[in-house]
Amino acid sequence: MDEPDSTKKLIEKSHGSLKSAFTLEKGADLAIQDLLSAIYHTYGYDFRGYSEAHIKRRIMNRMTMSGIKNISALQTKVLNEKPFASILLQDLSINVTEMFRDPGFYRSLREKIIPILKTYPFLKIWHAGCSTGEEAYSMAIVLEEEGLADRTTIYATDFNQHVLNKAKEGIFSNRLIKEYTANYQLSGGKESFSDYYTSDDHNVIMNQSLKRKIVWANHNLVTDSVFAEVNLILCRNVLIYFDRKLQNNVQRLFHSSLMNGGILCLGTKESLRFTDFHDAYTVLDDKQRIFKKKY
Amino acid sequence: MPYEAIVIGVSSGGLNAMKILFSLLPADFSMPIIVVQHVGARSENVWIQLLNNHCKVEIKEADEKEKIEKGKIYVAPPNYHLLIEKNKTFSLTVDERVNYARPSIDVLFETASEAYQTHLIGVVLTGANNDGSNGIKCIKERGGLTIVQQPDTAESSYMPASAIATSKPDYILPLEEIIKLLIEIDISKEKSK
Repeated sequence: MDEPDSTKKLIEKSHGSLKSAFTLEKGADLAIQDLLSAIYHTYGYDFRGYSEAHIKRRIMNRMTMSGIKNISALQTKVLNEKPFASILLQDLSINVTEMFRDPGFYRSLREKIIPILKTYPFLKIWHAGCSTGEEAYSMAIVLEEEGLADRTTIYATDFNQHVLNKAKEGIFSNRLIKEYTANYQLSGGKESFSDYYTSDDHNVIMNQSLKRKIVWANHNLVTDSVFAEVNLILCRNVLIYFDRKLQNNVQRLFHSSLMNGGILCLGTKESLRFTDFHDAYTVLDDKQRIFKKKY
Repeated sequence: MPYEAIVIGVSSGGLNAMKILFSLLPADFSMPIIVVQHVGARSENVWIQLLNNHCKVEIKEADEKEKIEKGKIYVAPPNYHLLIEKNKTFSLTVDERVNYARPSIDVLFETASEAYQTHLIGVVLTGANNDGSNGIKCIKERGGLTIVQQPDTAESSYMPASAIATSKPDYILPLEEIIKLLIEIDISKEKSK
């Protein structure tokens, strides 16, 4: 075993042999930028403002799984094989979600946001980046329990048609229900969670009455513009994947989509701190990252 | 100078190990330390406050897009992967678990080694799974310095033993020696400025 004395030797350890590795890495970064550009121009999906470390990890994973040797080979495959492009698109989009994810947030929704929403005769809620829809269904359940379902429309959007189709079906795997039920109870749920779905051996199907409240639509936060004026926007754990510039663009979109006094809900680790809109909101719940647009 | 940051991966038995490690750091320790500790998804990271009382260097949860600064210890938030960007800022993701873990040590180590290349020190401590093994191999391959806790001195020997098996680390040491080594590297780095 080495003694700490030899630290110096280690510190002076050869840098020469590593230069080539570094150059290679730089080449890979440029190749990824090229690839993202090509994907945008061919398919219209723009990942150029995403976190580089995230994109690189996902691309490297795909290359390992599909046995692709380098990024230029990947690019050729993406541009020439539509089914493969669709696979990579799934890899690069964010599809991890849960019902009543972060129960503390849904508790705060009931306690701090619902009383404000109750003052409006009609409500529009925008769930941006809804993925497979678990959180949109969670919202529909809360609205039903709070007596707001009849006057509300939830617009749940994502740029990924594949996940939207799944969301629309409202069919979820049975094995997750135990966790979702726990989340629901922790979030201050008032009924029995099993009242909201019917189940068979493998899956649960969400009730038709919940589905009726949700309008599913394809909308891309990166490339599309405002589509409605709404009372409440939920966009949780989407913006963490974006770089600062793109975060700022999306916050501009949210700000112009919200009516005055409207409410913005971000993920529990997301903030407005690095955007131009930090002062455009008051804080309703700091821990759960709930903001109210100033008048 | 070569080393600019330290990444540490730790799992079961981690609280005691970090208490020993961080309480021995001098107030002027300059290299930022970035930690993934495996915790439950609903943990509130209360232990960060507890450790702060035992430690002269500030310990905080890493915020997304936060710039990594000298003289601070950053900890991955529960239920998020912690990634380091080339511009030395943090990214968080809620991607699938890696090695059954979120945050995963491999995710931090792999992205950190890309961002810091040869200028990174990776440390694997006590734990009961094999998260961190690929990550430390990555750091080694990119020319960073690799340190693993001597398995028979760890509360859980599995994770350090697995890291040793995959990466042939530069050092295999008990906790007290690891911290001595890190302090020595930090001092020699500051002197040579």
